[in-house]
Amino acid sequence: MSTDNRDQASFGEFVSEAEELLEALGDRLVQLERATEEDAVSPDTINDVFRSMHTLKGLSGMLGLKGISELSHSLENLLDKVRLGKIKLHQGTLDVLYAGVELLTKIVGAVGRTGTEEGADIRSVARRIQQLLEEKPGGHQEVTLENVDLDRRIIGTLTEYEEHRLLENIRAGRALYRVESRFNFETFDKDLGAISEKLKAIGEIISTLPSSEESSPNTINFDLVFGSTSTRDAVEAAVAGFSTNVHAVGQRAVAAAAPPPQAAPGDVRPPSPEPPAPAAAAAEISPDASLTLRSLSDTVRVDIRKLDSLMNIVGELVINKTTIIQISRDLLAQTGSAGVGADLQKAARNLERNLRQLQQGVINSRMVPIGQVFARLNRVVRKLSQEFGKKIDLRMHGEETELDKLMVEDLADPLLHLVRNSLDHGVELPEVRERAGKPAQGVIELRAEQRGNHIVIEIEDDGGGIDLARVRAAAERKGLIDAAAAADERQLLDLLFLPSFSTKESASQVSGRGVGLDVVKTNVAKLGGMIDIETELGVGTRFTITLPITLAIIQALLVGVGTEIYAIPLNAILESNRLLSSQIRTVEKREVARLRESTLPLLRIADLFGLPRAGKQQKMFVVVVGLAEKRLGLVVDSLRGQQEVVIKSVGSVFQNTPGIAGATELGDKRAVLVLDIGALIDEATHS
Amino acid sequence: MIATILVVDDSATTRSLVASYLTDWEGVEVVEAASGFEALRVLPARRVDMIVTDINMPDINGLELISFVRANPNYRRIPVIIITTENSAEDRKRGLDLGASDYLVKPFGAADLRRAVEAALGRDPKEGGA
Repeated sequence: MSTDNRDQASFGEFVSEAEELLEALGDRLVQLERATEEDAVSPDTINDVFRSMHTLKGLSGMLGLKGISELSHSLENLLDKVRLGKIKLHQGTLDVLYAGVELLTKIVGAVGRTGTEEGADIRSVARRIQQLLEEKPGGHQEVTLENVDLDRRIIGTLTEYEEHRLLENIRAGRALYRVESRFNFETFDKDLGAISEKLKAIGEIISTLPSSEESSPNTINFDLVFGSTSTRDAVEAAVAGFSTNVHAVGQRAVAAAAPPPQAAPGDVRPPSPEPPAPAAAAAEISPDASLTLRSLSDTVRVDIRKLDSLMNIVGELVINKTTIIQISRDLLAQTGSAGVGADLQKAARNLERNLRQLQQGVINSRMVPIGQVFARLNRVVRKLSQEFGKKIDLRMHGEETELDKLMVEDLADPLLHLVRNSLDHGVELPEVRERAGKPAQGVIELRAEQRGNHIVIEIEDDGGGIDLARVRAAAERKGLIDAAAAADERQLLDLLFLPSFSTKESASQVSGRGVGLDVVKTNVAKLGGMIDIETELGVGTRFTITLPITLAIIQALLVGVGTEIYAIPLNAILESNRLLSSQIRTVEKREVARLRESTLPLLRIADLFGLPRAGKQQKMFVVVVGLAEKRLGLVVDSLRGQQEVVIKSVGSVFQNTPGIAGATELGDKRAVLVLDIGALIDEATHS
Repeated sequence: MIATILVVDDSATTRSLVASYLTDWEGVEVVEAASGFEALRVLPARRVDMIVTDINMPDINGLELISFVRANPNYRRIPVIIITTENSAEDRKRGLDLGASDYLVKPFGAADLRRAVEAALGRDPKEGGA
């Protein structure tokens, strides 16, 4: 393999690993920030952050990505000082870390798109890091390893960081223990994980040294060095049930200035610290202490393309299954219920059930929680609210809601846009809010929820809402609506999604609501979804995005128009009915039908594809489809039954034909078009 | 004879890059371990002629791995090369004290790695590192 190929192959791997690292880093920073406020920072969290940065630096360096490696290097330096206690973790430090992670994410994104670090300018962040690095370190008490009565063999394997943590534990007056443990080789990682979890609940594991004896190859021993305010009895109780020996590690006197309370001069071995007060113990236990080793090894990382290809194969299987069921039906008709046809049908049903499980399994493996995107938004909100001088409480609900991985990625930008919009133009400045009798701190809520085969995501703010009068005025100026024409709220809000409305000029006039909403809408539509706005002046605005859970395999209703067959995704269908010509009216040159109490706009599929309309005497059906709040009646000649279909891209052939989501193959190998309901509804409600 | 080299690093990208450098070289087979624990599992399971390890890892660190290897008569002679970054000079030194044969500072290229491996293996693998 040439170096170039190798680098190219590694780039893809790099981008996905780097993105994963940065995402985890961002989450950890949020944790750290919270912990800093509560003064309960866990050294493990800081060390995790350091390690992720360290890894990122190492691998970007290996690939010659200079910007990323220089920036992650300075950040690593900063974090190293923080974890070694040489620099204090305060808001200023956190701000720089956030800025660094954000910039890194941007550059990694550029590498993913272009293979280069295009436009990377790390100077300003690097300068801020340098300033922090020059801060005066806090005073240190003189404690050295000489004070610790620990085996040289163990001391020799401490990294600089572990050594620092050991000394910190002594400075804090904690007792040190050596927990000698013995495990069966087969299960040591699991068992050690379990012990670690117990110990971390009452203190800090400083190092983990394995050893083995030639004479017993089936066991492995670990010496854990552990710092805690708990007594030896309490430590022993915590690891009861495991094969362990807890030894107290002697410490020679520390000439303590003020704290630690228990370590009076001359007080030495064995250490007998008093049981900690409950409050002190609570501060000791950090929320992430239970991060176990096991969860890491239970997960595998899979290239999404591999899952795509599995999904394709499942798709092919679904088509083959349909063929088999077709054959079984034909056979059944020929041979009757006692013949081979009935057997085949039974077998085909089993196949169908297994296939559904397989399909569900593959779909499940592609699912990731939407919280991944929400966490990113959290960081953006934090940064922007500072920039705009606004106070925001970002609340999230339903982070665990799962969505197809690719969709989650494609959702990131639209969501970011909407949240930014809410923050920038929705939520008012604190003083404006107070004048309006609202709390100074605004609330932006993100909600995700699964409803049937859809995911509904809401972005709601309690800001000023959208002034419809101004929207109308702007639209009239642009000639989008007639000054004389009546336009209801819905129609006015829909205007915000038009590209022509989304200009800077009108943006400032309608508080910027239009900017980029057309792009958001296009992106959501690409995912087969819809977006809606509700707003109330002075009270707030809510955007609702409705998406299908996955894109690849759907249940569809097959409909006939003339000699053609089309597929309509079942999840968009509300109902289907016979339609009589007498029910059809024409209002403002458009056909509508009266359906129960409401008027339903109609679209004849025959017209859409330039096919001859059915004769007056012929039967007609209307398939009522809806997404979000919108409804449309599709007029067809016949209903041909439900079927599972695999949507395949039709490529550029139909690129300019709106209303086609893709194509699918039926059991008889006949290709049919799948209708794009979102696009059709748009088309019908706008033209 | 084919030399089996165990590459221990928690970064998949670094691991596969190092592995690809090594396997370009005829006569080398690479076994990857994503953590110290995985390395502990590999050692009794197959012959390993050399270990290339990172130091900062989540379960046991590279120094602990070296200490483990040096303390067990079955593995004592396996040469170990450490991969580190330039600001972990102190940890690097400790690794050498524990008996690592050599170290490489990230970023390094195929040629650097090869030189180090050759030097460590060339000293008759049976004689080992320290």
